[in-house]
Amino acid sequence: MSTPTAERRAERVTHAHARDIRLPGGGGTLALVTLDNGLDHTKPTTLGPLGIAELTATLTGLQARAAAGEIVAVAVTGKPYFFVAGADLTQVGSITDRPTALAFARAGHAAYELLHSMGVPTFAFVNGVALGGGLELALNCDYRTAASDVRALALPEAGLGLVPGWGGAYLVPRLVGIEKALDVVLTRPATNKPYAADEAASIGLVDVVLDPADFLEESIRWAARVVSGEIAVERRPLDPAPLWDGAVAVARQRLDAVVAGSRPAPGRALDLVAEARDASRTDAFAAEDEALADLIMSDEMRASVYAFGLVSAGKRPAGAPDRSLAQPVTRVGIVGAGLMAAQIATLFAQRLGVPVVMRDLDQERVDKGLAAVKATVDRLTSTGRMGQAAGARLLGSIHGTTDLAEFASCDLVIEAVTEILDLKKRVFAELETVIAPTAILATNTSALSVSAMAADLQHPERVVGLHFFNPVAAMPLVEVVQAEHTSLEALATGFAVAAKLRKTAVLVVDRPGFVVNRLLVLLLGVIVDAVEHGTPVEVADRALRPLGLPMPPFELFDLVGPAVGLHVLTSLREDLGDRFPRSPGLEKLVADGTRIVLPAPAKGLPKPVDPAIQAAFTEQAVGTPLDEAGVRSSVLTALTVEVGHMLAEGVVSAPQQIDLCMILGAGWGFHLGGLTPYLDRTGYSERVLGRRLLPDGVANVPTV
Amino acid sequence: MPTPAPRVRRVVFVDGVRTPFGRARKDGLYANTRADDLSVKTIRELLRRHPSLPPERVDEVAIAATTQQGDQGLTLGRTVGVLAGLPRSVPGYAIDRMCAGAMTAVTSTAAAIGVGAQDVALAGGVEHMGHHPMGFDADPNPRFLSERLVENDALNMGVTAENLHDTFPALTRERADAFGAASQAKYAAALAAGKIDPDLVPVALRDPENGWGLATADEPPRPGTTVEAIRALPTPFRPGGRVTAGTAAPLTDGAASCLLAAEDTASELGLPARMRMVSFAYAGVEPSIMGIGPVPATTKALQRAGLTIDDIGLFEINEAFAVQVLSFLDAFGIADDDPRVNQYGGAIAVGHPLASSGVRLMLQLARQFADHPEVRYGLTTMCVGLGQGGTVVWENPNHTDYESSDASEGSAL
Repeated sequence: MSTPTAERRAERVTHAHARDIRLPGGGGTLALVTLDNGLDHTKPTTLGPLGIAELTATLTGLQARAAAGEIVAVAVTGKPYFFVAGADLTQVGSITDRPTALAFARAGHAAYELLHSMGVPTFAFVNGVALGGGLELALNCDYRTAASDVRALALPEAGLGLVPGWGGAYLVPRLVGIEKALDVVLTRPATNKPYAADEAASIGLVDVVLDPADFLEESIRWAARVVSGEIAVERRPLDPAPLWDGAVAVARQRLDAVVAGSRPAPGRALDLVAEARDASRTDAFAAEDEALADLIMSDEMRASVYAFGLVSAGKRPAGAPDRSLAQPVTRVGIVGAGLMAAQIATLFAQRLGVPVVMRDLDQERVDKGLAAVKATVDRLTSTGRMGQAAGARLLGSIHGTTDLAEFASCDLVIEAVTEILDLKKRVFAELETVIAPTAILATNTSALSVSAMAADLQHPERVVGLHFFNPVAAMPLVEVVQAEHTSLEALATGFAVAAKLRKTAVLVVDRPGFVVNRLLVLLLGVIVDAVEHGTPVEVADRALRPLGLPMPPFELFDLVGPAVGLHVLTSLREDLGDRFPRSPGLEKLVADGTRIVLPAPAKGLPKPVDPAIQAAFTEQAVGTPLDEAGVRSSVLTALTVEVGHMLAEGVVSAPQQIDLCMILGAGWGFHLGGLTPYLDRTGYSERVLGRRLLPDGVANVPTV
Repeated sequence: MPTPAPRVRRVVFVDGVRTPFGRARKDGLYANTRADDLSVKTIRELLRRHPSLPPERVDEVAIAATTQQGDQGLTLGRTVGVLAGLPRSVPGYAIDRMCAGAMTAVTSTAAAIGVGAQDVALAGGVEHMGHHPMGFDADPNPRFLSERLVENDALNMGVTAENLHDTFPALTRERADAFGAASQAKYAAALAAGKIDPDLVPVALRDPENGWGLATADEPPRPGTTVEAIRALPTPFRPGGRVTAGTAAPLTDGAASCLLAAEDTASELGLPARMRMVSFAYAGVEPSIMGIGPVPATTKALQRAGLTIDDIGLFEINEAFAVQVLSFLDAFGIADDDPRVNQYGGAIAVGHPLASSGVRLMLQLARQFADHPEVRYGLTTMCVGLGQGGTVVWENPNHTDYESSDASEGSAL
């Protein structure tokens, strides 16, 4: 993969075409502005400096025509499937100084302000995706229609290191009320959940939802009725100050707990929303400009743009063999009927639409696996997320058996049995006696050697690793593991299957723990090691808060299961050495089955470590207790060392692949850029490895 | 138990709409618009105009197109129904009788309503001649020529129009030119009088170069056309011929649809009756003079209705060519400039998107009925390629002698 610097392209200029529309019933002329970059639907319409300049020119011309009485309304719409997908992040991410950043922020505001001061009513006909600056363009209009098939209306800025600074922070709370506004500006970006048109209308983000079949025609008709006074759109009064301030205070507490200063954007966005009630439009917009300028010049924003780019490009995996080498998969076998196996079976049956056979040693386990599948399907159908017929098809396509021979006609068999090498080797050896010579064997191992698993087979080249993450349905990453003898066909099939499962696949070579588990388990090992050396568990648990990880370390331990965590830690130590420390305290905790975290104080907040587990460590504790910074430093140092080893071993081809894995497999934040941008900007890579991991400016504000 | 007899009912034309017509050219109104989408807009507009009609009460969607492939393929009546948002329970089909496609959609669904098989139908047609030039990709059976079943130029409509001039020497170029110019003038007057716009549904126009636009008016008409201006036009179908661009319908894109109902169902649902169907007929003629088709079709339809040509107070005849209208007028002894004929002008001005024109004739006749309560009967008629004609005779509900067959049931309508 080339660096984003090399990819940085010229702006795809979004043009602002204006055409006159005769309103029905002699209602005068509406000027309809179409925003269109002249490219097909695979190239979303975005706004960079040139696009903003063109929009400004078009709207300025229309303002003069409005003053001259030539037009009675102005409307803005987009090319098919897109209203506007937002500001052009590539352009924004290449700004090198604050004055330019401030000028870009102001230019957007100035263009949009024309829609507010047009002199005639302005309308946004939201025909497709309207994100960030795109939705803000609509919000700056007087009225909004949306097509009922639009599923992506959102202000994702706070999740991308920015704020909705082209009017969003000021306009949204005034339009939809403070409580919903906090959802729009903060909560939804954090969960990456955009609004569909109906939902947007229900909170007042758009005024009316119209059928896509004649959306533009009916939007124009609706606009004509607004212009004529036949339709009056009610706006809600401003929320009272106590309600406003109360909601902001609650949001602030939540940010303090979850974001914990790891990135500036959410707090800046909240500041702007907090002020929106009493600030003048001019002052509020000026504050938005300043916030945008600050954030555009922040490393967190640059890392976010880098991360966004990685995730977007992740659909075309680096290093994947030619697609044409992939073998057709018409029937899938799953060895094992445990929880992971049932999840994998369900996903394969659903996304590949092929029969899946799940096999275990006795009928009781098979029945348990099938029951797990049924429970999942029942949940999907009862909540309406899946139709009854689709649910019936899914259940009908998953079959359980104890008979190994039923794998005979499968072209892909995945094992998901207990993580014991000899057991897995035996499973593969048995499989080879029944399956076709061309059938692919895959393993869902998380830390064992795939090459070792394949070593004694007649056809070791047919073995590929497909490492899924728990929960399988929700986690977007699959590590596709290339073992020593893995054939290009097997590898290509792995990638093809991952794509059909709608997962992002990352090619990794067969080194212990691959990427995600190697780094996460190392992190846990170092945390526990600090405790072994006398650091209080609570200090260790809080040490990584400034990174803004999805959860604190002991909660992560609890999630993966302390026994599994210990097992992988032990296994990695055996393969990779004492960098993965031994922890008698952890072994005791696992042996005793001790609870390690307390319940979360509220839904969505982190689960703190149970201070009582300190007891498991105290007997052995020797060494120097560390403070939070010390723990953090030892974790980051260890991670940096490990990244150095992984790159040297060729686990992945580039740091970008590590970052993609950490973002999608571990949920690490865009603001960290995954991992390596953070290690670069905090100086760890220079100090530990003597070099940056990514070139300067790729995922940070260039230092020179 | 005796076999149940069909319940014969009268059929009313509730309403009709069409898209503005566009020139079938690379830079025409609909160059970037799909044919099926044009049809969808008309269906949705009809449903919007008649909110008292529960969409699930529509029993059939019949949509005609001459070339049923590409964006006019895949069983238009069904695809258009689904795309227009009709309930999935509403069936549909595609139908073709070349230029009389929409007319045939109307008479076929009306027949089904008439025998009690259905209550409510949507019928119409679409032709995007820019996407589907007439006869493109057709593979005529070689027997047509080897066995001399038709003359070798019978598939070229312009040539058949020249043939009509040959067959009826009284049909001179001068008469045709005068008729062509008058068509433009009558259309312009009707447009100015507000007779055209009410039947149009606007269509959004995608244009990647210039942004979205909105079609709200017909593109083909050439207002101000005079006999002098077209007198010297070339005759593309024959050197020294008589048929010119001034006396032929231009190649056109457009769609038209109408809502039909059994008279009693219309009453039940509170739907207006703008016309009532009296009779219809189709007739075949020699393909090389296909333009004469409306004459035998009209004779047949009048016979079946028990009417004569003198009972007809308004004519909507499709102007594929001026000469073909004139041959009809001569056959029935009607003057070239008879005010009963094509009051709003015709296809020479507004265009002729083949399979949709039949319904355009009907919705214009319906509007004229409202303006002329003194007229009791009118007819819509058109010629059809390969030698056919079709005629539908309609009754005016605004006429004093009109009796709703449903009146005995105490309906208010």
